[in-house]
Amino acid sequence: MTFDQVLQYIFSGITVGSIYAFVAIGYNIIYNTTGIINFAQGEFVMLGGMIAYTFSGFMALLPSVIIAVLLTAAVGGVIENVFIRRMRRTSVLGMIVITVGLSILIREFSLYIWDEQIRALPFFTGSEISSVEIIGARISPQVLWVLAVTAVLTVALYIFLKFTLTGQAMRACSENPKAALLCGIRTDRMISLSFMVSAGIGALGGCVVSPLTQTHYAMGSDLAVKGFTVAILGGLGNPLSAVAAGLLLGLIESFSISVLPMAYKDVISILILLIILVAKPSGLFGSRAAAALKDY
Amino acid sequence: MLKIRNLEAGYDKLKVLKGMSLHVNPGEIVTIIGANGAGKSTLLNTIASLVKPSSGAIIFKEKNVTTERPDYMIKHGCALVPEGRQLYPTMTVKENLILGAYTLYSGHNRRIADERLDEIYEMFPVLSDRKNQLAGTLSGGEQQMAAIGRALMSGPDLLMMDEPSMGLAPIIVKNIFKTIESLRAGNKTILIVEQNAKAVLEIADRGYVMETGSLIIEGEASELLDNNDVKRAYLGRDYNEFTD
Repeated sequence: MTFDQVLQYIFSGITVGSIYAFVAIGYNIIYNTTGIINFAQGEFVMLGGMIAYTFSGFMALLPSVIIAVLLTAAVGGVIENVFIRRMRRTSVLGMIVITVGLSILIREFSLYIWDEQIRALPFFTGSEISSVEIIGARISPQVLWVLAVTAVLTVALYIFLKFTLTGQAMRACSENPKAALLCGIRTDRMISLSFMVSAGIGALGGCVVSPLTQTHYAMGSDLAVKGFTVAILGGLGNPLSAVAAGLLLGLIESFSISVLPMAYKDVISILILLIILVAKPSGLFGSRAAAALKDY
Repeated sequence: MLKIRNLEAGYDKLKVLKGMSLHVNPGEIVTIIGANGAGKSTLLNTIASLVKPSSGAIIFKEKNVTTERPDYMIKHGCALVPEGRQLYPTMTVKENLILGAYTLYSGHNRRIADERLDEIYEMFPVLSDRKNQLAGTLSGGEQQMAAIGRALMSGPDLLMMDEPSMGLAPIIVKNIFKTIESLRAGNKTILIVEQNAKAVLEIADRGYVMETGSLIIEGEASELLDNNDVKRAYLGRDYNEFTD
Protein backbone atom coordinates (compact mmCIF):
# COMPACT_ATOMS: atom_id res chain seq x y z
CA MET A 1 0.00 0.00 0.00
CA THR A 2 1.43 3.34 -0.95
CA PHE A 3 1.32 6.33 1.33
CA ASP A 4 -1.27 7.90 -0.96
CA GLN A 5 -3.55 4.93 -0.61
CA VAL A 6 -3.19 4.94 3.13
CA LEU A 7 -4.20 8.57 3.26
CA GLN A 8 -7.19 7.93 1.04
CA TYR A 9 -8.30 5.11 3.28
CA ILE A 10 -7.86 7.30 6.32
CA PHE A 11 -9.94 10.13 4.94
CA SER A 12 -12.72 7.91 3.69
CA GLY A 13 -12.69 6.07 6.98
CA ILE A 14 -12.96 9.33 8.90
CA THR A 15 -15.84 10.48 6.74
CA VAL A 16 -17.85 7.35 7.21
CA GLY A 17 -16.80 7.19 10.83
CA SER A 18 -18.13 10.69 11.43
CA ILE A 19 -21.57 9.72 10.30
CA TYR A 20 -21.49 6.76 12.64
CA ALA A 21 -20.43 9.16 15.36
CA PHE A 22 -23.43 11.41 14.71
CA VAL A 23 -25.76 8.47 15.13
CA ALA A 24 -23.93 7.23 18.20
CA ILE A 25 -24.11 10.63 19.88
CA GLY A 26 -27.87 10.48 19.44
CA TYR A 27 -27.99 7.07 21.12
CA ASN A 28 -25.90 8.45 23.95
CA ILE A 29 -28.11 11.41 24.67
CA ILE A 30 -31.37 9.50 24.68
CA TYR A 31 -29.86 6.69 26.70
CA ASN A 32 -28.45 9.16 29.19
CA THR A 33 -31.83 10.67 29.94
CA THR A 34 -34.20 7.76 29.55
CA GLY A 35 -32.19 4.55 29.62
CA ILE A 36 -33.76 3.68 26.28
CA ILE A 37 -31.79 2.63 23.22
CA ASN A 38 -33.53 4.42 20.37
CA PHE A 39 -33.15 2.28 17.27
CA ALA A 40 -34.92 4.88 15.15
CA GLN A 41 -31.80 7.01 15.41
CA GLY A 42 -30.61 6.08 11.91
CA GLU A 43 -33.84 7.35 10.41
CA PHE A 44 -33.16 10.84 11.75
CA VAL A 45 -29.99 10.94 9.67
CA MET A 46 -31.97 9.92 6.59
CA LEU A 47 -34.70 12.44 7.28
CA GLY A 48 -32.17 15.24 7.62
CA GLY A 49 -30.72 14.56 4.20
CA MET A 50 -34.09 14.05 2.52
CA ILE A 51 -35.79 17.09 3.97
CA ALA A 52 -32.82 19.30 3.17
CA TYR A 53 -32.82 17.98 -0.39
CA THR A 54 -36.49 18.82 -0.83
CA PHE A 55 -36.07 22.33 0.48
CA SER A 56 -32.88 22.97 -1.44
CA GLY A 57 -35.00 22.71 -4.56
CA PHE A 58 -36.35 26.17 -3.93
CA MET A 59 -34.13 27.61 -1.21
CA ALA A 60 -30.47 28.22 -0.60
CA LEU A 61 -28.45 25.43 0.96
CA LEU A 62 -27.88 26.82 4.44
CA PRO A 63 -31.55 27.58 5.26
CA SER A 64 -32.48 24.16 3.86
CA VAL A 65 -30.10 22.47 6.24
CA ILE A 66 -31.34 24.55 9.16
CA ILE A 67 -34.96 23.73 8.36
CA ALA A 68 -34.11 20.07 7.96
CA VAL A 69 -32.46 19.99 11.38
CA LEU A 70 -35.38 21.79 13.03
CA LEU A 71 -38.05 19.69 11.35
CA THR A 72 -36.31 16.46 12.22
CA ALA A 73 -35.94 17.66 15.80
CA ALA A 74 -39.67 18.28 15.77
CA VAL A 75 -40.23 14.74 14.53
CA GLY A 76 -38.13 13.52 17.42
CA GLY A 77 -40.25 15.52 19.82
CA VAL A 78 -43.46 14.17 18.34
CA ILE A 79 -42.20 10.60 18.62
CA GLU A 80 -41.38 11.15 22.25
CA ASN A 81 -44.72 12.72 23.00
CA VAL A 82 -46.88 10.24 21.14
CA PHE A 83 -45.09 6.98 21.71
CA ILE A 84 -42.56 7.13 24.49
CA ARG A 85 -44.36 9.34 26.95
CA ARG A 86 -47.69 7.55 26.80
CA MET A 87 -46.09 4.21 27.25
CA ARG A 88 -44.83 4.89 30.76
CA ARG A 89 -45.65 1.46 32.06
CA THR A 90 -43.75 -0.46 29.40
CA SER A 91 -40.43 -1.86 30.47
CA VAL A 92 -37.33 -0.26 29.01
CA LEU A 93 -36.79 -3.35 26.88
CA GLY A 94 -40.30 -2.97 25.52
CA MET A 95 -39.55 0.64 24.67
CA ILE A 96 -36.51 -0.44 22.70
CA VAL A 97 -38.65 -2.76 20.63
CA ILE A 98 -41.07 0.09 20.05
CA THR A 99 -38.26 2.20 18.63
CA VAL A 100 -37.47 -0.54 16.14
CA GLY A 101 -41.08 -0.43 15.03
CA LEU A 102 -40.86 3.33 14.77
CA SER A 103 -37.85 3.12 12.50
CA ILE A 104 -39.79 0.87 10.16
CA LEU A 105 -42.71 3.29 10.26
CA ILE A 106 -40.54 6.28 9.42
CA ARG A 107 -38.84 4.38 6.64
CA GLU A 108 -42.07 3.44 4.94
CA PHE A 109 -43.40 6.97 5.27
CA SER A 110 -40.25 8.26 3.64
CA LEU A 111 -40.63 5.79 0.81
CA TYR A 112 -44.12 7.11 0.27
CA ILE A 113 -43.05 10.75 0.37
CA TRP A 114 -39.79 10.58 -1.54
CA ASP A 115 -39.76 7.25 -3.43
CA GLU A 116 -36.84 4.92 -3.69
CA GLN A 117 -34.49 7.09 -5.72
CA ILE A 118 -31.17 8.15 -4.36
CA ARG A 119 -30.86 11.82 -3.53
CA ALA A 120 -27.89 13.94 -2.65
CA LEU A 121 -27.40 17.44 -1.42
CA PRO A 122 -25.12 19.69 -3.45
CA PHE A 123 -21.60 20.05 -2.19
CA PHE A 124 -21.31 22.83 0.38
CA THR A 125 -18.27 24.32 -1.29
CA GLY A 126 -17.08 23.42 -4.73
CA SER A 127 -18.52 20.46 -6.58
CA GLU A 128 -18.08 16.71 -7.08
CA ILE A 129 -14.84 17.18 -8.87
CA SER A 130 -13.17 19.82 -6.77
CA SER A 131 -10.50 18.63 -4.44
CA VAL A 132 -8.15 19.94 -1.84
CA GLU A 133 -4.67 18.66 -1.29
CA ILE A 134 -3.81 17.60 2.23
CA ILE A 135 -0.35 16.16 2.85
CA GLY A 136 -0.20 14.56 -0.53
CA ALA A 137 -3.73 13.18 -0.74
CA ARG A 138 -6.52 14.74 -2.68
CA ILE A 139 -9.81 14.88 -0.88
CA SER A 140 -13.11 16.57 -1.43
CA PRO A 141 -13.62 19.79 0.56
CA GLN A 142 -16.82 18.21 1.83
CA VAL A 143 -14.70 15.89 3.93
CA LEU A 144 -13.31 18.91 5.70
CA TRP A 145 -16.84 20.11 6.30
CA VAL A 146 -17.72 16.76 7.86
CA LEU A 147 -14.70 16.85 10.14
CA ALA A 148 -15.32 20.43 11.16
CA VAL A 149 -18.97 19.92 11.99
CA THR A 150 -18.18 16.75 13.91
CA ALA A 151 -15.49 18.45 15.92
CA VAL A 152 -17.58 21.49 16.80
CA LEU A 153 -20.55 19.36 17.73
CA THR A 154 -18.51 17.08 19.95
CA VAL A 155 -17.00 19.91 21.91
CA ALA A 156 -20.33 21.69 22.25
CA LEU A 157 -22.01 18.56 23.51
CA TYR A 158 -19.32 17.81 26.03
CA ILE A 159 -19.51 21.29 27.47
CA PHE A 160 -23.27 21.09 27.55
CA LEU A 161 -23.46 17.82 29.46
CA LYS A 162 -20.63 18.47 31.88
CA PHE A 163 -20.87 22.14 32.68
CA THR A 164 -24.36 23.43 32.04
CA LEU A 165 -27.21 22.98 34.47
CA THR A 166 -29.57 21.59 31.85
CA GLY A 167 -26.97 19.07 30.77
CA GLN A 168 -26.43 17.89 34.32
CA ALA A 169 -30.15 17.74 34.85
CA MET A 170 -30.40 15.48 31.82
CA ARG A 171 -27.79 13.17 33.31
CA ALA A 172 -29.67 13.20 36.59
CA CYS A 173 -32.88 12.11 34.86
CA SER A 174 -31.18 9.03 33.52
CA GLU A 175 -29.44 8.06 36.73
CA ASN A 176 -32.40 8.39 39.03
CA PRO A 177 -35.70 9.80 37.73
CA LYS A 178 -37.34 9.79 41.16
CA ALA A 179 -34.51 11.74 42.74
CA ALA A 180 -34.52 14.11 39.77
CA LEU A 181 -38.18 14.86 40.36
CA LEU A 182 -37.42 15.50 44.01
CA CYS A 183 -34.78 18.03 42.99
CA GLY A 184 -37.45 19.92 41.13
CA ILE A 185 -36.28 18.85 37.68
CA ARG A 186 -39.00 18.62 35.05
CA THR A 187 -38.12 15.15 33.83
CA ASP A 188 -40.81 15.18 31.18
CA ARG A 189 -39.24 18.23 29.58
CA MET A 190 -35.77 16.74 29.80
CA ILE A 191 -36.87 13.64 27.99
CA SER A 192 -38.52 15.64 25.21
CA LEU A 193 -35.41 17.74 24.92
CA SER A 194 -33.17 14.71 24.64
CA PHE A 195 -35.21 13.27 21.79
CA MET A 196 -35.27 16.56 19.95
CA VAL A 197 -31.55 17.17 20.37
CA SER A 198 -30.71 13.63 19.24
CA ALA A 199 -32.91 13.93 16.19
CA GLY A 200 -31.46 17.32 15.29
CA ILE A 201 -27.90 16.10 15.61
CA GLY A 202 -28.65 13.05 13.47
CA ALA A 203 -30.22 15.29 10.85
CA LEU A 204 -27.21 17.59 10.82
CA GLY A 205 -24.98 14.60 10.21
CA GLY A 206 -27.26 13.43 7.45
CA CYS A 207 -27.03 16.79 5.72
CA VAL A 208 -23.31 17.19 5.92
CA VAL A 209 -22.44 13.75 4.50
CA SER A 210 -25.21 13.66 1.92
CA PRO A 211 -23.08 15.00 -0.94
CA LEU A 212 -20.52 12.23 -0.30
CA THR A 213 -22.55 9.18 0.62
CA GLN A 214 -25.90 10.10 -0.91
CA THR A 215 -29.24 9.83 0.85
CA HIS A 216 -31.61 6.95 0.36
CA TYR A 217 -34.85 6.12 2.12
CA ALA A 218 -33.52 2.81 3.45
CA MET A 219 -30.16 4.01 4.71
CA GLY A 220 -31.41 4.34 8.27
CA SER A 221 -31.46 0.72 9.37
CA ASP A 222 -27.88 0.06 8.43
CA LEU A 223 -26.78 3.20 10.23
CA ALA A 224 -28.83 2.26 13.27
CA VAL A 225 -26.90 -0.95 13.74
CA LYS A 226 -23.50 0.55 13.01
CA GLY A 227 -24.26 3.55 15.17
CA PHE A 228 -25.29 1.29 17.99
CA THR A 229 -22.04 -0.62 17.63
CA VAL A 230 -20.16 2.60 17.90
CA ALA A 231 -22.16 3.78 20.89
CA ILE A 232 -21.40 0.57 22.75
CA LEU A 233 -17.79 0.57 21.59
CA GLY A 234 -17.28 4.00 23.02
CA GLY A 235 -19.15 3.34 26.23
CA LEU A 236 -22.65 4.69 26.59
CA GLY A 237 -21.86 7.28 29.23
CA ASN A 238 -19.91 9.72 27.17
CA PRO A 239 -20.63 11.36 23.79
CA LEU A 240 -16.98 12.19 23.30
CA SER A 241 -16.06 8.55 23.30
CA ALA A 242 -18.81 7.95 20.74
CA VAL A 243 -16.95 10.20 18.35
CA ALA A 244 -13.63 8.48 18.95
CA ALA A 245 -15.24 5.08 18.58
CA GLY A 246 -17.05 6.17 15.41
CA LEU A 247 -13.86 7.31 13.77
CA LEU A 248 -12.19 4.10 14.87
CA LEU A 249 -14.87 1.91 13.34
CA GLY A 250 -14.86 3.98 10.17
CA LEU A 251 -11.12 3.55 9.85
CA ILE A 252 -11.28 -0.18 10.52
CA GLU A 253 -13.99 -0.63 7.92
CA SER A 254 -12.12 1.46 5.43
CA PHE A 255 -8.86 -0.41 5.84
CA SER A 256 -10.62 -3.74 5.82
CA ILE A 257 -11.25 -3.26 2.12
CA SER A 258 -7.55 -3.71 1.51
CA VAL A 259 -7.53 -7.17 3.06
CA LEU A 260 -11.06 -8.52 2.68
CA PRO A 261 -13.59 -8.41 -0.13
CA MET A 262 -15.77 -5.33 0.15
CA ALA A 263 -18.83 -7.39 0.94
CA TYR A 264 -17.34 -8.24 4.32
CA LYS A 265 -17.28 -4.61 5.40
CA ASP A 266 -20.47 -4.88 7.38
CA VAL A 267 -19.46 -8.16 8.90
CA ILE A 268 -16.51 -6.42 10.52
CA SER A 269 -18.67 -4.02 12.46
CA ILE A 270 -21.04 -6.69 13.72
CA LEU A 271 -18.08 -8.79 14.74
CA ILE A 272 -16.64 -5.92 16.68
CA LEU A 273 -19.97 -5.36 18.39
CA LEU A 274 -20.11 -8.96 19.51
CA ILE A 275 -16.55 -8.93 20.77
CA ILE A 276 -17.06 -5.76 22.75
CA LEU A 277 -20.28 -6.96 24.32
CA VAL A 278 -18.54 -10.06 25.52
CA ALA A 279 -15.16 -8.66 26.49
CA LYS A 280 -15.78 -5.15 27.76
CA PRO A 281 -19.42 -4.09 27.70
CA SER A 282 -18.63 -0.79 29.30
CA GLY A 283 -16.92 0.10 26.06
CA LEU A 284 -13.38 1.16 25.27
CA PHE A 285 -13.60 4.36 27.19
CA GLY A 286 -16.43 3.63 29.57
CA SER A 287 -15.55 3.58 33.21
CA ARG A 288 -16.04 0.13 34.68
CA ALA A 289 -17.07 1.66 37.97
CA ALA A 290 -19.69 3.83 36.38
CA ALA A 291 -20.99 1.01 34.22
CA ALA A 292 -21.38 -1.24 37.24
CA LEU A 293 -23.69 1.30 38.80
CA LYS A 294 -26.08 1.45 35.86
CA ASP A 295 -28.86 -0.87 34.75
CA TYR A 296 -27.86 -1.60 31.17
CA MET B 1 -47.33 24.48 58.34
CA LEU B 2 -48.68 21.25 56.92
CA LYS B 3 -52.22 19.94 57.19
CA ILE B 4 -53.48 16.73 55.70
CA ARG B 5 -57.22 16.09 55.53
CA ASN B 6 -58.75 12.70 54.79
CA LEU B 7 -56.01 11.81 52.38
CA GLU B 8 -56.58 8.77 50.20
CA ALA B 9 -53.97 7.57 47.80
CA GLY B 10 -52.62 4.44 46.26
CA TYR B 11 -51.15 2.78 43.19
CA ASP B 12 -53.65 1.68 40.51
CA LYS B 13 -56.30 -0.35 42.27
CA LEU B 14 -54.36 -0.74 45.48
CA LYS B 15 -55.47 1.70 48.15
CA VAL B 16 -52.63 2.48 50.48
CA LEU B 17 -53.69 5.60 52.37
CA LYS B 18 -57.21 5.25 53.68
CA GLY B 19 -58.40 8.67 54.66
CA MET B 20 -55.83 10.02 57.07
CA SER B 21 -55.49 13.41 58.68
CA LEU B 22 -52.54 14.96 60.46
CA HIS B 23 -50.86 18.28 60.98
CA VAL B 24 -47.36 19.62 61.52
CA ASN B 25 -46.72 22.92 63.27
CA PRO B 26 -43.76 25.14 62.40
CA GLY B 27 -40.59 24.28 64.27
CA GLU B 28 -41.74 20.84 65.33
CA ILE B 29 -40.26 17.45 64.76
CA VAL B 30 -43.19 15.16 64.04
CA THR B 31 -42.70 11.50 63.44
CA ILE B 32 -44.82 8.78 61.95
CA ILE B 33 -43.93 5.32 63.08
CA GLY B 34 -45.28 2.03 61.94
CA ALA B 35 -44.37 -1.33 60.56
CA ASN B 36 -43.44 -2.21 56.99
CA GLY B 37 -46.21 -1.84 54.49
CA ALA B 38 -48.20 0.60 56.61
CA GLY B 39 -48.00 3.19 53.86
CA LYS B 40 -45.53 5.58 55.44
CA SER B 41 -43.45 6.07 52.29
CA THR B 42 -46.60 6.49 50.23
CA LEU B 43 -47.66 9.27 52.57
CA LEU B 44 -44.46 11.23 52.09
CA ASN B 45 -44.42 10.55 48.36
CA THR B 46 -47.96 11.87 48.12
CA ILE B 47 -47.13 15.04 50.02
CA ALA B 48 -44.10 15.57 47.76
CA SER B 49 -46.45 15.17 44.77
CA LEU B 50 -44.81 12.07 43.37
CA VAL B 51 -48.10 10.24 43.86
CA LYS B 52 -51.45 11.78 43.06
CA PRO B 53 -54.03 11.38 45.82
CA SER B 54 -57.42 10.02 44.87
CA SER B 55 -59.19 12.19 47.41
CA GLY B 56 -58.50 14.46 50.36
CA ALA B 57 -56.47 17.62 50.68
CA ILE B 58 -52.88 18.63 51.38
CA ILE B 59 -52.56 22.14 52.75
CA PHE B 60 -49.03 23.51 52.87
CA LYS B 61 -48.38 27.01 54.25
CA GLU B 62 -52.10 27.76 54.07
CA LYS B 63 -52.34 26.84 50.37
CA ASN B 64 -54.04 23.81 48.91
CA VAL B 65 -51.27 22.01 47.05
CA THR B 66 -53.01 18.71 46.41
CA THR B 67 -52.75 18.89 42.63
CA GLU B 68 -49.36 20.54 42.28
CA ARG B 69 -46.26 19.00 40.68
CA PRO B 70 -43.11 18.02 42.56
CA ASP B 71 -41.16 21.06 41.44
CA TYR B 72 -43.85 23.28 42.96
CA MET B 73 -43.29 21.75 46.37
CA ILE B 74 -39.54 22.24 46.14
CA LYS B 75 -39.85 25.82 45.08
CA HIS B 76 -42.20 26.57 47.96
CA GLY B 77 -40.05 25.05 50.65
CA CYS B 78 -40.89 21.38 51.04
CA ALA B 79 -38.16 18.83 50.33
CA LEU B 80 -38.08 15.06 50.72
CA VAL B 81 -35.11 12.90 51.61
CA PRO B 82 -36.30 9.69 49.97
CA GLU B 83 -36.09 6.16 51.27
CA GLY B 84 -32.82 4.50 50.44
CA ARG B 85 -30.93 7.74 49.85
CA GLN B 86 -31.53 7.78 46.04
CA LEU B 87 -28.40 9.66 45.06
CA TYR B 88 -27.09 9.93 41.49
CA PRO B 89 -24.50 7.18 41.66
CA THR B 90 -22.15 8.10 38.84
CA MET B 91 -22.17 11.79 39.59
CA THR B 92 -19.87 13.33 42.17
CA VAL B 93 -21.00 14.39 45.64
CA LYS B 94 -20.70 18.01 44.59
CA GLU B 95 -22.82 17.47 41.48
CA ASN B 96 -25.43 15.70 43.59
CA LEU B 97 -25.61 18.60 46.02
CA ILE B 98 -25.78 21.19 43.29
CA LEU B 99 -28.69 19.43 41.65
CA GLY B 100 -30.54 19.69 44.94
CA ALA B 101 -30.57 23.42 44.28
CA TYR B 102 -31.67 22.99 40.66
CA THR B 103 -34.67 25.23 41.12
CA LEU B 104 -32.44 27.95 42.50
CA TYR B 105 -29.79 27.76 39.81
CA SER B 106 -32.29 27.73 37.00
CA GLY B 107 -34.10 30.62 38.65
CA HIS B 108 -30.87 32.61 38.61
CA ASN B 109 -30.43 32.51 42.37
CA ARG B 110 -26.94 31.18 42.00
CA ARG B 111 -25.39 33.10 44.87
CA ILE B 112 -27.83 31.75 47.46
CA ALA B 113 -27.20 28.24 46.20
CA ASP B 114 -23.42 28.66 46.38
CA GLU B 115 -23.65 29.94 49.95
CA ARG B 116 -25.83 27.03 50.89
CA LEU B 117 -23.32 24.63 49.44
CA ASP B 118 -20.71 26.02 51.80
CA GLU B 119 -23.11 25.68 54.73
CA ILE B 120 -23.74 22.05 53.85
CA TYR B 121 -20.00 21.40 53.68
CA GLU B 122 -19.68 22.91 57.14
CA MET B 123 -22.49 20.80 58.50
CA PHE B 124 -21.10 17.62 56.95
CA PRO B 125 -17.31 17.95 56.68
CA VAL B 126 -17.04 14.42 55.30
CA LEU B 127 -18.96 15.55 52.23
CA SER B 128 -16.47 18.30 51.67
CA ASP B 129 -13.64 15.78 51.85
CA ARG B 130 -15.33 13.58 49.30
CA LYS B 131 -16.78 16.25 47.11
CA ASN B 132 -15.28 14.86 43.89
CA GLN B 133 -15.96 11.24 44.64
CA LEU B 134 -18.66 9.29 42.83
CA ALA B 135 -21.71 9.24 45.05
CA GLY B 136 -22.33 5.56 44.48
CA THR B 137 -19.04 4.70 46.14
CA LEU B 138 -19.78 6.37 49.48
CA SER B 139 -20.59 4.42 52.60
CA GLY B 140 -24.18 4.17 53.81
CA GLY B 141 -23.85 6.87 56.44
CA GLU B 142 -22.08 9.22 54.05
CA GLN B 143 -24.76 8.64 51.44
CA GLN B 144 -27.44 9.51 53.98
CA MET B 145 -25.65 12.73 54.80
CA ALA B 146 -25.33 13.52 51.10
CA ALA B 147 -29.04 12.87 50.62
CA ILE B 148 -29.93 15.14 53.52
CA GLY B 149 -27.52 17.77 52.22
CA ARG B 150 -29.06 17.59 48.78
CA ALA B 151 -32.55 18.11 50.17
CA LEU B 152 -31.33 21.03 52.27
CA MET B 153 -29.84 22.75 49.22
CA SER B 154 -33.26 23.95 48.14
CA GLY B 155 -33.66 25.72 51.46
CA PRO B 156 -36.82 23.96 52.59
CA ASP B 157 -38.89 25.08 55.54
CA LEU B 158 -40.39 21.61 55.85
CA LEU B 159 -37.94 18.75 55.54
CA MET B 160 -39.46 15.31 55.15
CA MET B 161 -37.34 12.23 55.77
CA ASP B 162 -38.21 8.69 54.81
CA GLU B 163 -36.56 6.18 57.13
CA PRO B 164 -33.24 7.98 57.55
CA SER B 165 -31.85 5.26 59.80
CA MET B 166 -32.53 2.35 57.48
CA GLY B 167 -29.58 0.07 56.97
CA LEU B 168 -27.20 2.16 59.06
CA ALA B 169 -25.03 1.15 61.99
CA PRO B 170 -26.33 2.31 65.40
CA ILE B 171 -23.52 4.78 65.94
CA ILE B 172 -24.18 6.41 62.58
CA VAL B 173 -27.88 6.50 63.38
CA LYS B 174 -27.08 8.44 66.53
CA ASN B 175 -25.12 10.90 64.43
CA ILE B 176 -27.93 11.34 61.94
CA PHE B 177 -30.47 11.98 64.63
CA LYS B 178 -28.21 14.50 66.30
CA THR B 179 -28.01 16.27 62.96
CA ILE B 180 -31.79 16.25 62.71
CA GLU B 181 -32.07 17.87 66.11
CA SER B 182 -29.65 20.59 65.08
CA LEU B 183 -31.79 21.21 62.01
CA ARG B 184 -34.75 21.94 64.23
CA ALA B 185 -32.59 24.35 66.16
CA GLY B 186 -31.95 26.01 62.81
CA ASN B 187 -35.68 26.71 62.43
CA LYS B 188 -36.58 23.85 60.18
CA THR B 189 -39.76 21.84 60.56
CA ILE B 190 -39.23 18.15 60.21
CA LEU B 191 -41.53 15.26 59.40
CA ILE B 192 -39.83 11.91 59.82
CA VAL B 193 -41.15 8.53 58.90
CA GLU B 194 -39.31 5.83 60.79
CA GLN B 195 -39.34 2.21 61.78
CA ASN B 196 -36.81 2.78 64.53
CA ALA B 197 -39.47 4.03 66.89
CA LYS B 198 -37.31 4.27 70.00
CA ALA B 199 -34.62 6.47 68.48
CA VAL B 200 -36.99 8.82 66.75
CA LEU B 201 -39.43 9.28 69.64
CA GLU B 202 -36.55 10.51 71.75
CA ILE B 203 -35.98 13.54 69.55
CA ALA B 204 -39.51 14.16 68.27
CA ASP B 205 -42.08 16.55 69.71
CA ARG B 206 -45.16 14.68 68.55
CA GLY B 207 -45.85 11.43 66.85
CA TYR B 208 -48.43 9.41 64.99
CA VAL B 209 -48.65 5.67 64.74
CA MET B 210 -49.65 4.36 61.34
CA GLU B 211 -51.05 0.97 60.55
CA THR B 212 -52.21 -0.21 57.11
CA GLY B 213 -53.07 3.19 55.81
CA SER B 214 -54.64 4.82 58.85
CA LEU B 215 -53.34 6.73 61.82
CA ILE B 216 -54.36 4.89 64.92
CA ILE B 217 -52.59 6.73 67.70
CA GLU B 218 -51.55 10.33 68.08
CA GLY B 219 -49.81 12.20 70.84
CA GLU B 220 -46.79 13.88 72.36
CA ALA B 221 -43.64 11.86 71.84
CA SER B 222 -43.13 11.36 75.56
CA GLU B 223 -46.67 9.98 75.89
CA LEU B 224 -46.09 7.58 73.03
CA LEU B 225 -42.92 6.29 74.62
CA ASP B 226 -45.00 5.31 77.64
CA ASN B 227 -48.06 4.14 75.77
CA ASN B 228 -48.61 0.42 76.33
CA ASP B 229 -49.89 -0.38 72.86
CA VAL B 230 -46.99 1.42 71.25
CA LYS B 231 -44.58 -0.31 73.58
CA ARG B 232 -45.96 -3.70 72.78
CA ALA B 233 -45.97 -3.26 69.04
CA TYR B 234 -43.00 -1.08 68.30
CA LEU B 235 -40.70 -0.50 71.18
CA GLY B 236 -40.17 -3.97 72.52
CA ARG B 237 -40.39 -4.85 76.15
CA ASP B 238 -37.91 -3.43 78.57
CA TYR B 239 -35.58 -6.12 79.89
CA ASN B 240 -36.53 -5.13 83.42
CA GLU B 241 -40.14 -6.10 82.75
CA PHE B 242 -39.01 -9.66 82.15
CA THR B 243 -37.13 -9.89 85.38
CA ASP B 244 -39.71 -8.11 87.55
